[in-house]
Amino acid sequence: MSSIPGDLRYTKNHEWVRLGADGNVTMGITDHAQELMGEIVMVELPPAGQDLRAGQSAGVLEAVKTAEDFYAPVDGKVVAANEALESDPGLVNRDCYGEGWLITIHPSNPSQFEGLLDAGQYKELAGE
Amino acid sequence: MDKQTPLYSRHVALGAHIEPFGGYLMPIRYGSVIDEHLVVRKGVGIFDLSHMGEFRVKGAGALEFLDGLLTNNADIPVGKAFYSAMCYPDAGIVDDLIVYRLGDDEFLMVVNAANIDKDWAWVMSHTGSFDVRITNESDQTALVAIQGPKSQELAALLTTVDLDSVGFYALARGTVAGRQAIISRTGYTGEDGFEFYISAEDAPSVWDAAMKAGEPLGITPVGLAARDTLRLEVGYVLYGNDIDHSTSPLEARMGWAVKLSSDKDFVGRDVLRRQKEDGVSRLLVGLTVEGKGVIRHGTELFQGDRRIGVVTSGSMAPSLNVVVGLGYVEKACSKAGTKIEAELRGRRIPVTITRTPFYTAGSRRQ
Repeated sequence: MSSIPGDLRYTKNHEWVRLGADGNVTMGITDHAQELMGEIVMVELPPAGQDLRAGQSAGVLEAVKTAEDFYAPVDGKVVAANEALESDPGLVNRDCYGEGWLITIHPSNPSQFEGLLDAGQYKELAGE
Repeated sequence: MDKQTPLYSRHVALGAHIEPFGGYLMPIRYGSVIDEHLVVRKGVGIFDLSHMGEFRVKGAGALEFLDGLLTNNADIPVGKAFYSAMCYPDAGIVDDLIVYRLGDDEFLMVVNAANIDKDWAWVMSHTGSFDVRITNESDQTALVAIQGPKSQELAALLTTVDLDSVGFYALARGTVAGRQAIISRTGYTGEDGFEFYISAEDAPSVWDAAMKAGEPLGITPVGLAARDTLRLEVGYVLYGNDIDHSTSPLEARMGWAVKLSSDKDFVGRDVLRRQKEDGVSRLLVGLTVEGKGVIRHGTELFQGDRRIGVVTSGSMAPSLNVVVGLGYVEKACSKAGTKIEAELRGRRIPVTITRTPFYTAGSRRQ
């Protein structure tokens, strides 16, 4: 049984999304997703300033045997990417909701956040 | 419908990630792929390889039959094994396999799980007038492997067979944990190791005994994901990834297992002979990624604007901490040290052609 914090929003692609006090959203992959993928050995992140649309590939997580894209949860501009993952991609496994975050986006359409799954809906989707 | 091996319940109890592979529900990993990989490099790991197929070939014509079907020489001493390709007339590969000589007129062919039905049909369609009886014993046979520098220490706890007398690619018959077994010093990891061919009903007790005896040695069950990274680090090919009907054993650098100089006649020989005389246009090479990115099966390879080949296997190599792969490139670009590029999601990353094995410190005996 994986951890699904109640204060976050989620996507169908097993990403979590946190709304910051500044209106920016930070995202990562869920505990369920990191457990399914196994050890992340490399992370490809988008450059700051890149415009993304909701559902668009934002980067790639490479596990030993598989690679998975991760997707922008909302429209917006990348304002930060987690550079610590460059030297320690395993942070995604060890602390997926904290130090293993992926990117922060400045949303261009803030109402999209409210349309994301809540913890209960995600729990159902993840089959837990 | 995917089959279960006789050890399926053990894998479930161990919490393995289980996925279909070659028609069987197989443990991909139990926990960390990297840990499982490193245990085999440093200690001993245990594998359920019961998905592999086994065909027994018996009869006065067994040797002649196999010599006509396989690229390698089947006339080896009783008690030894050999690796071979089995080709189509066009030199494409039906399968790669290990063959054990159990007696003057008795052999055991061990084939890839995904190819069991295809191989069986192929083998049976070539029996002609040979005096052979062939049985598909895949469902009744289990295969448990122990691999790693400590595998002989573990095997000695499970059998009274004199293991020092069992050389690399040799076998002995005896008991393992009290059960009848063929014990061979073979493997797919680059490490010393043994494979135990046992009957399906004996598999759980052999597995349990090995897990128990191996506990002080730090034995760890190892899934197919680490099996794949282990074989890749030593440059072993995987059927379906690196070799298949569209590749010839000469392109795959398996020429050492293709006997063209003797008068041995076998399926595919004429085309292989021509390929050897004319030279092949592409070769399987080792690839080391110099930049950031992971090459995978299907990643395209370039020199400047020209596409020169394609990756057939690729992964982070846990013992080396670099990304390595295998792939076919044009012969002109196949020399070790040649700098090429891989295209990953529209981006080019530098790759160097590298001599295999990538990992050279393995405990495998010669």
